Amino acid sequence: MLNIEKQINGADATVILEGRLDTTTAPQLENELKSFMESITNLVFDFEKLEYISSAGLRVLLTAQKFMSKQGSMKLIHVKDDVNEIFEVTGFSDILTIE
Amino acid sequence: MSRKNIKILAVLDNLSKVLESVDAQLDAADCPLKTKMQVDVAVEELFVNIANYAYVPDTGDADILIEIMDSCPIPEDCQEDISDIDRSGNWLRVTLSDSGTPFNPLLKEDPDVTLSAQDRRIGGLGIFMVKKSMDYMYYEFKDGKNNISICKKLS
Repeated sequence: MLNIEKQINGADATVILEGRLDTTTAPQLENELKSFMESITNLVFDFEKLEYISSAGLRVLLTAQKFMSKQGSMKLIHVKDDVNEIFEVTGFSDILTIE
Repeated sequence: MSRKNIKILAVLDNLSKVLESVDAQLDAADCPLKTKMQVDVAVEELFVNIANYAYVPDTGDADILIEIMDSCPIPEDCQEDISDIDRSGNWLRVTLSDSGTPFNPLLKEDPDVTLSAQDRRIGGLGIFMVKKSMDYMYYEFKDGKNNISICKKLS
């Protein structure tokens, strides 16, 4: 289960994720991002309530990062330790901005 | 110590059922949350591989054997050098089997994790994550089946 809440304010968007970002839920996030990403320059992911991420979730983040690098910025906030561990192992902690 | 076997149709819709079964075993063994997540990520990766590729264009079953053991399960034919591993304590071994196309995921080349976001490729991450987060893993093709095992020290 993944809950996606988005707050869009002009060119700034915050996406709050709750639950699990895995093979079954990653397409849901991908579609959601596609629907508004072209019109924003700052993208923030709030991961405070994200419990789990697998490589399918990482792929969506990498695609978003590539896209946002060209037209603005992207960062992740409130990342839990267990999720952060996955970023460390995969080298994602170096390519994503995590605060 | 425990041992549980699940036979399930290898389709993406069954992923959550698979992870629930794995988690139930891990919870019963008082597995730390961090380890549980790493094991889930690994099992997801391997199960999804079977669901997506093993029986294409048909579908077939996956067998998932979850074992909690009181010593390190030393495989007869481990491709990894495990001489440095502390073999004491409780160990988890999860073995996923399918009778689809022979495929050794360990032969896949590791992605370059030092590349920038622009240069990183989307694929190839999954198995790499599994290799990094488990203590060791091994593959064998036996009796017409792919068997891939992941091993993790629990305590």
